[in-house]
Amino acid sequence: MAYDKFSILTSSAVPLPIENVDTDQIIPARFLKATERKGFGDNLFRDWRYNSDNTPKEHFVLNNPIYSGKILVGGKNFGSGSSREHAAWAVYDYGFRCVVSSFFADIFRNNCLNIGVLPVQVSAEYLDKIFKAIEANPKTEIEVNLPEQRISILETGESESFAINDYKKQNMLNGFDDIDYLLNIKNDIQQFAQNTPL
Amino acid sequence: MSKTLFDKVWDSHVVHHIENGPDVLFIDRHLVHEVTSPVAFLGLKNRGIKVLYPERTFATADHNTPTRNQHLPVKDKLSANQLKALEENAKAHDIPYWGLGHEKNGIVHVIGPENGITVPGATIVCGDSHTSTHGAFGAIAFGIGTSEVEMVLSTQCIMQPKPKSMRITINGELNNAVTPKDVALYIISQLTTSGATGYFVEYAGEVFRNMSMEGRMTVCNLSIEMGARGGMIAPDSATYEYIKGREYTPKDKDWDKAMEYWNTLYSDNDAAFHKEISFNASDIEPMITYGTNPGMGIGIQSGIPTAKAMDAGAATYQKSLAYMDFNEGEAMIGKPIDFVFLGSCTNGRIEDFRAFASIIKGRKKAENVTAWLVPGSHKVEEAIKAEGILDILNESGFELREPGCSACLAMNDDKIPAGKYAVSTSNRNFEGRQGPGARTLLASPLVAAAAAVTGKVTDPRELMELQEA
Repeated sequence: MAYDKFSILTSSAVPLPIENVDTDQIIPARFLKATERKGFGDNLFRDWRYNSDNTPKEHFVLNNPIYSGKILVGGKNFGSGSSREHAAWAVYDYGFRCVVSSFFADIFRNNCLNIGVLPVQVSAEYLDKIFKAIEANPKTEIEVNLPEQRISILETGESESFAINDYKKQNMLNGFDDIDYLLNIKNDIQQFAQNTPL
Repeated sequence: MSKTLFDKVWDSHVVHHIENGPDVLFIDRHLVHEVTSPVAFLGLKNRGIKVLYPERTFATADHNTPTRNQHLPVKDKLSANQLKALEENAKAHDIPYWGLGHEKNGIVHVIGPENGITVPGATIVCGDSHTSTHGAFGAIAFGIGTSEVEMVLSTQCIMQPKPKSMRITINGELNNAVTPKDVALYIISQLTTSGATGYFVEYAGEVFRNMSMEGRMTVCNLSIEMGARGGMIAPDSATYEYIKGREYTPKDKDWDKAMEYWNTLYSDNDAAFHKEISFNASDIEPMITYGTNPGMGIGIQSGIPTAKAMDAGAATYQKSLAYMDFNEGEAMIGKPIDFVFLGSCTNGRIEDFRAFASIIKGRKKAENVTAWLVPGSHKVEEAIKAEGILDILNESGFELREPGCSACLAMNDDKIPAGKYAVSTSNRNFEGRQGPGARTLLASPLVAAAAAVTGKVTDPRELMELQEA
């Protein structure tokens, strides 16, 4: 399905300076039982966010009212593990539109791009700068400029460029998805299929 | 131009290449299960379209299914709902559906090869990261998200940039009690869980050549745990022997035609990989994990590394040890355990049950241990019975459950309780993976068996020596 267009996002950010955040943490398997795509945000980081009696864990960042915003900033190797797109849905449904890290797991990155959440990969040094800026001022605004492929900490002016392939960039800017593209070349695909050996 | 095995299979499936963008990749076989497909089918419904190639699509129920009393209605309402949705979707789109109780039912990555759906040189996808398993046959196989499941259902294609290539070569002879699982856990411990991100791996060398097809599946299965999109092994006589005559493999003239293609499936001598890594077989010991990702593994006789020795951030490392309630420098041997799980798409095949039985035979299950032995499919279950393994298990105080993913991801009732330790033959030891608060030690079926009869982490070689003596 088509998704929200993404151009320039300016927002405060939520810091999660933990490495190897896997998709079982982002959304535990027991919450994958829906047959529709809704309500996943409630269970984002469920076991880090809530005790077993469903009371919030005070120290977890999503339960700390001083942090908010549409950008989630995570440590290295964010989104490793399972292919569950539910992890990306949970991130989106909670209200994030962009995830920043110094390294993303492949499938999670793809899943984000496919639903209109922009994964922004920055250098380890720049990631550190973002964490420090948020630590100094939790309301620090970060600008993610997709047309120019640039991320900036507005307060300090520190910025860095990020990569995204042209095709996905156009999709994000216009809110198109891959199925629109593929359905458009269905004849080519059917012709190709006739000549496959398997 | 010289090509790698991966290049040959990938390039022959590219329908379109988009400049500075992804390739449109044709998918030969699509495996579907109940958890990652309902939203994709809903997408087709909203667009008013049907599955383009139902004959290339296969559906089974495995992720959320109970491993007891499968003949009764599924109690969990949400799980039952997902199963019903898959059954209805399969029916509406003319897709074969092997639901609970069906003779071909089982874990999606076990039944693919079993039924000959998995063949060399194919592109195979499934909404599950351990789809990499099928690479054991020289296929390009990888996990996809639900948006991509929708793409494949509706157009039989996905759009992805071609990954880089990596070759991991291991020569030499494996030590006693070192299984394919140990080889994989060793590689991941050396590369870390992100060491192969962005790459597609080819496994080469004597160790993989000499490995059974089931062993190759275990290795390829775990490729994703080092971040790789997938892993593959060039097909050889062992591959053809395994697939020949299975229900969905090509027959007669089609077999000959396929063989012409399969005979081209190897990396050319001078083919260039983006990255080459090699290890010595003799360096690999029976492995066990001590932390909360599959890269945190050590030889079973080793001590837990200190934070200083780790590449990962010290804070993350200490958080992980705190979750496990382990300390730096401690030995793993002798640690008491509570649960043993034998099963999953990693180690739920007949050879895994044979290995487990070889250790427990003539011994008794430790009283402090709860053991869940879950075959990967009904066919595996049948073989366990036919080979007399079930009798060995029962005599030692173990029982066999019904097939499914079970405690590997604990979507059903098979949840390890909070704080308890489980030696598990599955693939992930993430926090809460096997149940909220559960603590997982990943290991081979031999190590799991040794733990099951001693109630603690035990080197299986000790028990094997006793048997031999």
